[in-house]
Amino acid sequence: MSDDAILIGFGAATVRVATPLLLAALGETVSERGGVLNLGIEGAMLGGALGAAVGAAQGSAVVGLALAVAAGLVAALLLAAVSVWGRADQIIAGTAVTLAAVGVTGLVAQRTFGSAGAGLELATLQPVEVPLLGAIPVVGPVLFRQSLLTYLGYLLIPLTWWLLYRTRFGLELRASGEAPTSARAAGVAVRWRRTAGALLGGALAGLGGASLVLAQVGTFTEKMTAGRGFIAIAIVVLGRWHPGGVALAALLFGAATALQYLVQASGHGGVPWQLLLALPYLLALVALASAVGRARAPAGLARDDQEES
Amino acid sequence: MSARPPLLTLSHISHHFGAAPVLDDVSLAVRAGEVHALLGENGAGKTTLMRIATGAIAARDGSVAREAPVAMVHQHFTSIPAFTVAENLALAAGWPHGGPRGRDRAAELIARIGLPLDPTARVDGLSVQLRQRLEIAQALATSARVLLLDEPTAVLAPREVAELLSLVRRLAAEGAAIVLISHKLAEVLEVADTVTVLRAGRVTLHGPMAGQTATSLSEAMIGGAMPPREVTLPAPGGGEPLVRLGPPLVADAPLVLHAGDVVGIAAIEGNGQRDLLRAIAGHRALAGVEVEGTTGLVPEDRGLEGLIGGFTLTENLLLAEVRDGPAWLGWGALEERTATLLTRWDVRGGTPRSAARALSGGNQQKFILGRTLGQAPDVVVAEDPTRGLDVAATAEVHARLRTAAAEGACVVVHASDLDEVRSLATRLLVMHEGVVRELPRDTPRASVGDAMLGLPA
Amino acid sequence: MNTTVVSRRAAVPDLVLTLGAFLLGLALLLAFLSVAGFDAAAGLAALWRGAFGSRYALLSATLVPAAPLLLLGLAFALAARAGALNIGMEGQFAMGAIGATWVGLAVGGWSPLLAIPAVLAAGLVAGAAWIVVPVVLRWRFGVTEVISTLLLNFVAEAAVSWAVTGPLQEASRSYPQSDPIAMSARLPRLLPPDRVHLGFVVALAIAAVLWVILARHRLGFVWRAVGASPRAATVTGRLPVERVAATVLLLSGALAGLGGAIEVSGVSAALYQNLSPGYGFTAIAVALLGRLHPAGIVVAAILFGALQAGAGAMQRDAGIPAVAVHVVQAVVILVMLLATRRRG
Repeated sequence: MSDDAILIGFGAATVRVATPLLLAALGETVSERGGVLNLGIEGAMLGGALGAAVGAAQGSAVVGLALAVAAGLVAALLLAAVSVWGRADQIIAGTAVTLAAVGVTGLVAQRTFGSAGAGLELATLQPVEVPLLGAIPVVGPVLFRQSLLTYLGYLLIPLTWWLLYRTRFGLELRASGEAPTSARAAGVAVRWRRTAGALLGGALAGLGGASLVLAQVGTFTEKMTAGRGFIAIAIVVLGRWHPGGVALAALLFGAATALQYLVQASGHGGVPWQLLLALPYLLALVALASAVGRARAPAGLARDDQEES
Repeated sequence: MSARPPLLTLSHISHHFGAAPVLDDVSLAVRAGEVHALLGENGAGKTTLMRIATGAIAARDGSVAREAPVAMVHQHFTSIPAFTVAENLALAAGWPHGGPRGRDRAAELIARIGLPLDPTARVDGLSVQLRQRLEIAQALATSARVLLLDEPTAVLAPREVAELLSLVRRLAAEGAAIVLISHKLAEVLEVADTVTVLRAGRVTLHGPMAGQTATSLSEAMIGGAMPPREVTLPAPGGGEPLVRLGPPLVADAPLVLHAGDVVGIAAIEGNGQRDLLRAIAGHRALAGVEVEGTTGLVPEDRGLEGLIGGFTLTENLLLAEVRDGPAWLGWGALEERTATLLTRWDVRGGTPRSAARALSGGNQQKFILGRTLGQAPDVVVAEDPTRGLDVAATAEVHARLRTAAAEGACVVVHASDLDEVRSLATRLLVMHEGVVRELPRDTPRASVGDAMLGLPA
Repeated sequence: MNTTVVSRRAAVPDLVLTLGAFLLGLALLLAFLSVAGFDAAAGLAALWRGAFGSRYALLSATLVPAAPLLLLGLAFALAARAGALNIGMEGQFAMGAIGATWVGLAVGGWSPLLAIPAVLAAGLVAGAAWIVVPVVLRWRFGVTEVISTLLLNFVAEAAVSWAVTGPLQEASRSYPQSDPIAMSARLPRLLPPDRVHLGFVVALAIAAVLWVILARHRLGFVWRAVGASPRAATVTGRLPVERVAATVLLLSGALAGLGGAIEVSGVSAALYQNLSPGYGFTAIAVALLGRLHPAGIVVAAILFGALQAGAGAMQRDAGIPAVAVHVVQAVVILVMLLATRRRG
């Protein structure tokens, strides 16, 4: 392979593997702006992955996407019910939601695909080339020969920004995440806003899980999200709770993951593959250390809406 | 003026929390163009009455007629620090968002009221005075024509108070009806047209301000003659030197604080007094502060800093001494000591095994004072020790602090209320932008205020 | 966190709530199994058989996973009492297992009286070492330990995978596992031939020590004060809150590492991938079910040990995947959070 081909392959893989992270992290951005830190996002992604697999197994990617969104919504609804309305600790409740998702998806997968689930092969969403843009050298094949879900991700970047900064809902959501007491004094229904933010986050996490199955691996296995939800949380911190920053951070993590393919392709032996496997998580730690201090989390994040900050 | 119809009318309001009556047959009307003073000591029922006026709570008895939207400007700020001025106004007013169009509308509103605010400025960068202006702008943004201002001058220096009062007059002149809640007689005499005084939930005075005097108002508030504000205390400087404030904290000669002094620190929020107090208490380092002997702190925020609400009183006693205490805990002995403290300091409503949060604010403060003074520290630092307490509890806290000084401690007190500092202190320090200077104790109030703003006395 | 601080006088936490939450979790699992089309009755029967149905079930199945669950539950509770959340116990457990295996392979000539303590110490040290990075990140950079401990779980998984295919791989180099550790480094069984081992007693002893510390010692009070209100602990107690948090996190990591060490030394005798079936997360449920109280955690660890043992039987006998037990764990966590949340 020529150097150019390797570079383009790496770039395209980066964008492809960044897509689930981007979708989930944009959703988490909305959720956290409303004050809900959703550690159940991992479960929402896993549920989305299973939903997509079930739909695709029946031959319909659209049904798969719908099931994925539904699964993400259910996970987020559970978290919102317990932590927003029940006022339980968000972090532990989120961990429980993820545990529940591991259990439920394991059971449903076993029931649906049988124990031969490992051999499951699903039709994936094929890359679609965007006319004109796809023909641009290097940039075209990297950015514009991707699956439709990647394009959805592109669209969601400005849409999320618009939602947060140019709508009444976004203003009230951010107020609920920054200062729930003040927001309530201004007449905002804080718990409903928080719930809505969490649900949006759940739906996008579900889509993220779906893109993992439909646009990347084409199968479903137990615990297949492997911490991508948690990485999405780190991406939100690194992206400073801002859609644009989050998109760039997602790309960075996509690149860290895609590095595996590059290293394989260029035949660099010697580096244990486990190190490459661990790279995104290590990168997330570095990102957290470097981002905190420069960025500021919403003041009411992971706090109860009655709590004084 | 009396020809104008009232914008807000409260008729025969009665209310009670549990068995305790809070308001008893209170009536009050405010007209457009009028500044109406609502006076009363803490606990007289002012806040409850205003919450009924805004509809935040429903009165048990009586009626409320609102001819125009009513908004309350609270003592504590409700604006969101991470938001811009425009975003805060948009949130309060119900505008679509705080983006470009929100900024334009905010600029328009700000210009109309004549406030020196930048719509794009983030609130956490604003001074206390500007944050308070924003609170008023937020209330007006809701197109309210009746403004209820709850102790708006408490956080301001005298000069800023004058500016606020002129703003209040201007808003009234433009047709707003304003209720000014206060317990500062000089201010309301200056600005208000009419007055209602509450005492223990009943109206004790109602009518035009003309003809009222500070004495007549305070009699209505307290019942009987006003207690002497000035108390005779031993002349300062008698005891052993305990605290030395040197450069860069002072411009010229170092200040030495002695055993037996009650040192009052007057300062506007954000002038470094908090760091100074914590440094004197030994909680942090600050250049220029030297302290000899042991220290004790009565922190500003009882509920969050002084106590652990979910812990028992015994555990809260232990909290203050565990750092240097023995490795193994003797709960029996600790409970006995807690019981003794509760008796000696007249802390009511709890046993050694009650959770701290079960006590009322006044009793919590007595517990904290008892715990701190029980260790007999050489230097006692009290931050706003009577905040939120009623008259009786305030008097008791003052007496206890004076006693501690009389028994040989150096007591350093800061209160947000200048009058409280002046009435309690035997020595008066003023802090402005991190620099401390001492004023004679009989310095007139206005001159102290100027010193707080950094103007020459 | 919002979990109510158990009064120091409440020697035995509310057992009704503990059992109720557990049974509710179980009931919901069975309901879900029925809806999903599994044979719930057969599942329940298998679960019971596997957990308590026989002397073997109790002493060779239930109490075996109960030992690491107890240690990890204590690890979580210790940190949570002081206001820190260690969600990386899965990773510390794995590192403890690596450390124990590494030492266990090297102490062939030693007396068990030396070899066993050496192996357990290796687990403690490795577990504590694994949480050093989150501690430093929190202390120096203000990064919450929640995410950093969580992310390190995945790094630990990769590290185990590397160890069993690299430096610690068995001699024939064909399987992803280590050689068996020295006989002298293995924890003796308590009631041979039953598999419950000395590690369970070690865990019980640690629970007792923690109980005494939390109720009677300065340290325990300091931990609780820091957890209940960092601000009051700083201002009124003048306690070094961040240093206390760092200490409890290190201790928590050490206990979780010890869990990994007793699993290698008492059960598996070698390092494998996926040595833990999610103990690090189950232990959160254990700790909350025990209301963060050492005595309660002993009871909760046995209950979840039974569930773990029963899940194995359920998978063998009724074809229900063992991951199903996560549903029970999740329900227990959520119910306990709601039942003990702070009111006001």
